[in-house]
Amino acid sequence: MAIIERPGTGTTPVVVTPQQTLGAVKRPVATKGWREWLFTVDHKKIGIMYGVVAMVFFIIGGVEALLIRLQLAMPDGQILSADKYNQMFTMHATTMVFLFAMPMAGAFANYFLPLQIGARDVAFPRINALSLWLLIIGGLVLNASWFLGGAADGGWFMYAPNSGPIFSPSHGVDFWVIGLQIAGVASLLGSINLIVTVLNMRAPGMSLMKMPVFTWMILVVQFLLVFSLPVITVALVLLMLQRSYGATFFDVSQGADPLLWQHLFWIFGHPEVYVLILPAFGIISEVLPTFARKPLFGYPFVVFSGASIGLVGFGVWAHHMFASGLGPVSVAVFSVATMAIAIPTGVKIFNWLLTMWGGKIWYTTAMNFAIGLVVLFTIGGLSGVTHSVAPSDTQQTDTYYIVAHFHYVLFGGMVFGLFSGFYYWWPKVFGKMLNEKLGAWNFWFMVIGMNMTFGPMHILGLQGQPRRMYVWTEARAGEGFFNLGFWNLIASIGSFILAVGILFFLINVVITARSKQQAPLDPWDARTLEWLTTSPPKAHNFDRIPVVHHLDEFFHRKYEEDTATHTMKKVAEGEDLVRAEADAADAHIHLPSPSYWPILLSIGVGLLGLGVVYGIPMMVIGFAITLFSAYGWVLEPSVAEEIDFEPSDNDGNTKEIAPLG
Amino acid sequence: MAETATHTADHASEHGHETSTGLTNNKLAMWLFLGSECLLFGGLISTYMLYRGRVSDGPHPMAIFDIPFTSISSFVLLMSSLTMVLAVSSAQRGDDSRTNLWLTITAVLGATFVGGQVYEFTAFIREGLGFSTSLFGSSFYTLTGFHGIHVSVGVLMLLSTVGIIRKNKITGTKAEVVELVGLYWHFVDVVWIIIFTLVYLIPS
Repeated sequence: MAIIERPGTGTTPVVVTPQQTLGAVKRPVATKGWREWLFTVDHKKIGIMYGVVAMVFFIIGGVEALLIRLQLAMPDGQILSADKYNQMFTMHATTMVFLFAMPMAGAFANYFLPLQIGARDVAFPRINALSLWLLIIGGLVLNASWFLGGAADGGWFMYAPNSGPIFSPSHGVDFWVIGLQIAGVASLLGSINLIVTVLNMRAPGMSLMKMPVFTWMILVVQFLLVFSLPVITVALVLLMLQRSYGATFFDVSQGADPLLWQHLFWIFGHPEVYVLILPAFGIISEVLPTFARKPLFGYPFVVFSGASIGLVGFGVWAHHMFASGLGPVSVAVFSVATMAIAIPTGVKIFNWLLTMWGGKIWYTTAMNFAIGLVVLFTIGGLSGVTHSVAPSDTQQTDTYYIVAHFHYVLFGGMVFGLFSGFYYWWPKVFGKMLNEKLGAWNFWFMVIGMNMTFGPMHILGLQGQPRRMYVWTEARAGEGFFNLGFWNLIASIGSFILAVGILFFLINVVITARSKQQAPLDPWDARTLEWLTTSPPKAHNFDRIPVVHHLDEFFHRKYEEDTATHTMKKVAEGEDLVRAEADAADAHIHLPSPSYWPILLSIGVGLLGLGVVYGIPMMVIGFAITLFSAYGWVLEPSVAEEIDFEPSDNDGNTKEIAPLG
Repeated sequence: MAETATHTADHASEHGHETSTGLTNNKLAMWLFLGSECLLFGGLISTYMLYRGRVSDGPHPMAIFDIPFTSISSFVLLMSSLTMVLAVSSAQRGDDSRTNLWLTITAVLGATFVGGQVYEFTAFIREGLGFSTSLFGSSFYTLTGFHGIHVSVGVLMLLSTVGIIRKNKITGTKAEVVELVGLYWHFVDVVWIIIFTLVYLIPS
């Protein structure tokens, strides 16, 4: 796990584990079993763990969504009480946004970002592990509230003063506030880590404009996070101080301004929307060119429109607040800014269409999901533009039309992008291909289910069905085509078709895991650097650091232009290129060593946070653990020193302890 | 904080590892963190500015602020930036004992500032401004308290750095570690200049 030595004769990499103590305790040395995962700092293992955690929360959030749809399927629903319903939609949204979407994008970013830029790990491997564990602790704190007196019930934007102690007396909101602060710290550390990685650790020759679009979009997202997370942290701290320590920030009787929370929340909340969607845009910008067998159309336009979406995304937050009486000037400014953001988004859509135009399209599941994103996101984007028109938004605000809109962009957009990524990169991560036949079932059930669930919500919303109502009554459901009962039932049936689609995916994962068939090294004839290594990649990613000459470097190593016909001709097989790398491997590769501190530190932070609910003693214990691990962390060199290894044998070679798995 | 960067710095000549920007990973990360902190204090300062005149109960800001006292403690904090600069410069010359001396003085000045703040808070509470008294009270204590915590963390970092240099347990380049602590320290000082001006000097 640490220094990989290659004796002159063989090329089999070996792991040399650190044995001695530096810092307060012995370093973890396991290269097998659960310890290997718990204390790892390898960005690939951390990425996989992010993915597993996000998937678990996706299922939890999905079950919550199904309960909501069951409740609304019939008039006077009896499945949930009003109180439980409030908790259900709050936790559904919170879980999906903070515990599924962001970590799943984090999984892809963690795994592929170093690989795409030709690096051996991220800039701060231990901080990377810390981000993961803090996220898990935050997620546990959030969901523990279900068993400790009820979950948060104020909607995912938790408007104050509705979220104050008077209207929300259970500890649910306290757990929510603490859990999100911890998850926020995790995200902030992760984003700093990834920005430094991209800016500082690119392979020689990889200028910014030779970076894959996925890496670019992740970079933009991390900048959004660095500058938006502190704002919600302020909001969360204010709410925490109000609920637990008697502050008055949202106490209207003292003259407080209820819009303060809304501004702070949406200054974070709107960039957050792009935090969710841009990784998916990045993924399909890799998938579409690969399966259309054409380079991405207008690469610089895709990159800069992504960056400008990020930039303008900071200046449109108040369009979430049109109904709150901001005054005509503010409304006009934010309205126009919101319309403007449709331009770079449209640029991207057209670039994707033109990438496919005239290509020899290969309809794999990954490609189907990518095309699905382009279509469904466009529908959601168009309904989004209708919100930017303030008078129209005043009609739509807090109705199911809004719910329809953001599920089209987030489910049809983001989730489809992530699924496209699953099918595209599965052979890279696990060395096995997901089953394409099951993939087709997965895709079509999801497409049909998603449109059946969220399509009718446009009609429901324009008919005036409000969001967050726990029952509707037959007496007021209307008649004919616009009968609320009919469309609510369709939406509920759709949600179960959608769930079956996702079940197909899970079955596919199990079947693939059991299959013995190995994936080829370059199954898709791919274009970017992550394919220039084995599947799954070795612990050190690349046998030698690639030198980059082109955008789509891997493609240009396989293809050369035939000057006579001006077409690209294959001159090398991807598999051969990967094997050639192994022969030219570097002899002396340092990798960061595993560490106990990230997981210990995050447990300390978790206890510190829970102390807000459970009192000072727990806070003191949490603080002590946090401080102790922080010192242990600082005193432990991230890369084990030579002295930290088994003594070398007579030839001066470091002793081989375990072969690399 | 020293991660692969340490390694990169240590072995830069050996392996030819250079960062793409020329800045070390640690320094770039610190700048990004401080950029993020700007927004954190931005949010807190905005909250204070929104609420500073809203006193439904308890004393009004201008009635309790002791400007001469806070000016002196602000001066003490600003002087600590000077000693921090001297510490960084000593560290870059490789003079360990001078570095430790200046770091300790910086920490003492910082602690003096925090002490002044504790004194000020107790005085205000005696005069009737509690945390829950008014919107002004809540937002004042939150903003200055957050800053006080930042200074305290800085003092802890300074003293830890002295300890680590003394025991020779530093895991990164010594000068860089001192410089990183310095960046954080100067940032906290700059934030105080803004808070002092907006909270104390401009009448509400």
